[in-house]
Amino acid sequence: MESQLPQERSKLRTKDLPQVLVMKPPPLLTLFEDKFISTKFQLLKAWESTLPLDQFLTTYAGSVRAVLCSGASPVTPHIIRLLPSVQFVVTASAGINHIDLNECRRLGIAVANAAAVFSDDAADAAVGLLIDVLRKISVADRFVRRGLWPAMGDYPFGSKVIISLFVCFTQESWDCRTWKHRSAVAKRLEAFGCTVLYNSRKPKPWVPYPFYSNVHELACGSDVLVVCCGLTAETRHMINREVMVALGKQGIIVNVARGAIIDEKEMVVCLVHGEIGGAALDVFENEPDVPKQLLQLDNVVLTPHRAVFTPEGFMAACDLVVANLEAFFEDKPLLSPLIDE
Amino acid sequence: MDSIGVLMACPMNSYLEQQLDKRFKLFRFWTVPDKSLFLASNKDSIQAVVGNASAGADAELVEALPKLEIVASFSVGLDKIDLAKCKEKGIRVTNTPDVLTEDVADLAIGLMLAVLRKLCESDRYVRSGKWKKGDYVLTTKFTGKEVGIIGLGRIGMAIAKRAEAFSCPISYYSRTKKPEINYKYYPSVVELAAHCDILVVACPLTKETHHIVNRDVINALGPKGVLINIGRGPHVDEPELVSALVEHRLGGAGLDVFENEPYVPEELFGLDNVVLLPHVGSGTVETREAMADLVIGNLEAHFQKKPLLTPVV
Repeated sequence: MESQLPQERSKLRTKDLPQVLVMKPPPLLTLFEDKFISTKFQLLKAWESTLPLDQFLTTYAGSVRAVLCSGASPVTPHIIRLLPSVQFVVTASAGINHIDLNECRRLGIAVANAAAVFSDDAADAAVGLLIDVLRKISVADRFVRRGLWPAMGDYPFGSKVIISLFVCFTQESWDCRTWKHRSAVAKRLEAFGCTVLYNSRKPKPWVPYPFYSNVHELACGSDVLVVCCGLTAETRHMINREVMVALGKQGIIVNVARGAIIDEKEMVVCLVHGEIGGAALDVFENEPDVPKQLLQLDNVVLTPHRAVFTPEGFMAACDLVVANLEAFFEDKPLLSPLIDE
Repeated sequence: MDSIGVLMACPMNSYLEQQLDKRFKLFRFWTVPDKSLFLASNKDSIQAVVGNASAGADAELVEALPKLEIVASFSVGLDKIDLAKCKEKGIRVTNTPDVLTEDVADLAIGLMLAVLRKLCESDRYVRSGKWKKGDYVLTTKFTGKEVGIIGLGRIGMAIAKRAEAFSCPISYYSRTKKPEINYKYYPSVVELAAHCDILVVACPLTKETHHIVNRDVINALGPKGVLINIGRGPHVDEPELVSALVEHRLGGAGLDVFENEPYVPEELFGLDNVVLLPHVGSGTVETREAMADLVIGNLEAHFQKKPLLTPVV
């Protein structure tokens, strides 16, 4: 093989590498593409082709065993049908609502996500948003920048954080291994003197907080509802009008999970009519569209789905995704497989 | 007690004002057209002064009120009161510690998160409709950042406790090392600034701590460092701070206080790495009421010859 040029040799090597299908690039890949250069796999970039996706998959993805997906490129039963060799799906996100888990389970397709590396940043964002909405930080910052302080005197007060004694959040797929990560919000809020309550499908014996079997009861006993569960058929619109009315006129909702967990239309009505006290939202039902009425309110804080957007978090997620892919191709245990409950 | 004259230095809280009016003979200093004339005519009627972070009892005022017995501050900071003069004349001084500790600490953490995670900028981004054009903007992780605290009193300790829940290593500067505290001590503010990512001002304002955050400290904190000020504006050399931010020699700042409130340097208004608040550290309904009750409680205790609730002098 000495007659071959180095470029040809490396092309050959690349040819041998198993492919990982990417339908659309997740933000991680767009920002940190060199982290995905591996000696164990190569990327099959569907978005670079002019072919419609279905045709591309039928033509080029017949022997693809692994998929790197994200919210923008969901793994539906239809997509799975076009990938007869697929055995592993990894998402570059914490959320998994864009993967048809039932279909994957049925076909024995392994799934992994990157929740573990995002929990600190998501928790930081949730707490930051909560303090912002309670203490009116963004509103007061606007007030100062508009030059209103000298003219109007002091800004109207916010509310005390720890008076919000009962802070509750709902959690779906905790198990005792992921507990350390999923408890990130609770751990932070306890340092502010908040009392934590929770709701989940089943009570978890290793969780030290009082359990509420339904979200409505949880809301009755709470000042703040922090949503950090996954979006599933059961949790869709789980925070509905009843729950919000139970939360009450001083109640606050913080959502860093998925927009569709809250009935957004009802939430807007409740906010506009003062049936709940306020909301801090990083996610919405139809991103990037945000209900116009929210843009006029001072008792809401709105951020554009950036709760986990830090370079540190993203780089750790890249490493985790790549490590999962390499483990898969080496027949080793996955690093962050989804636990089936 | 409604014959006892109480001089309120400036408007500060309507609940407090109402309570003072109900219980005492209240003089509202800010409504008086000629202050020296007013003092000359009423000096024998005024036995108490209620001040706050903006106005208190300086030497001149204390001298002008021969019947003054007590100065009760609607704040924990005492920088507007001439403590030495009060001590000299046997005038009691009280403030409002503890009731506002949590609010100020909560706000300090809120400011850190708002600056590092660009929460206010994100909110502006959504409200302006820019999100529809799409943009991947990364902000700075807060968890694990080194937090350096100037002044480890009640508020400093409360900030440390909260930051620890975010796995932030804590270090501090104070006049003397505290042997019972496990946090890393630095004997100078410059060294503290050089070794931390986020520097928080949480000490009292005195002659010694005026401009404690100066050019050297700001340079040591550096282009990735963030300054959080929930103390007093004069703790920081404000023109130096503004030029460091504008020139990107300092990474960011979260400021609740300024040298000349309510005036905030306009050069800061266009920056997305600062958060600017109108001195709301203790500004919650619950806490301001608790502070007001403490002021009233101290005044009543004094005039009923009972022990003061929160005496300083």
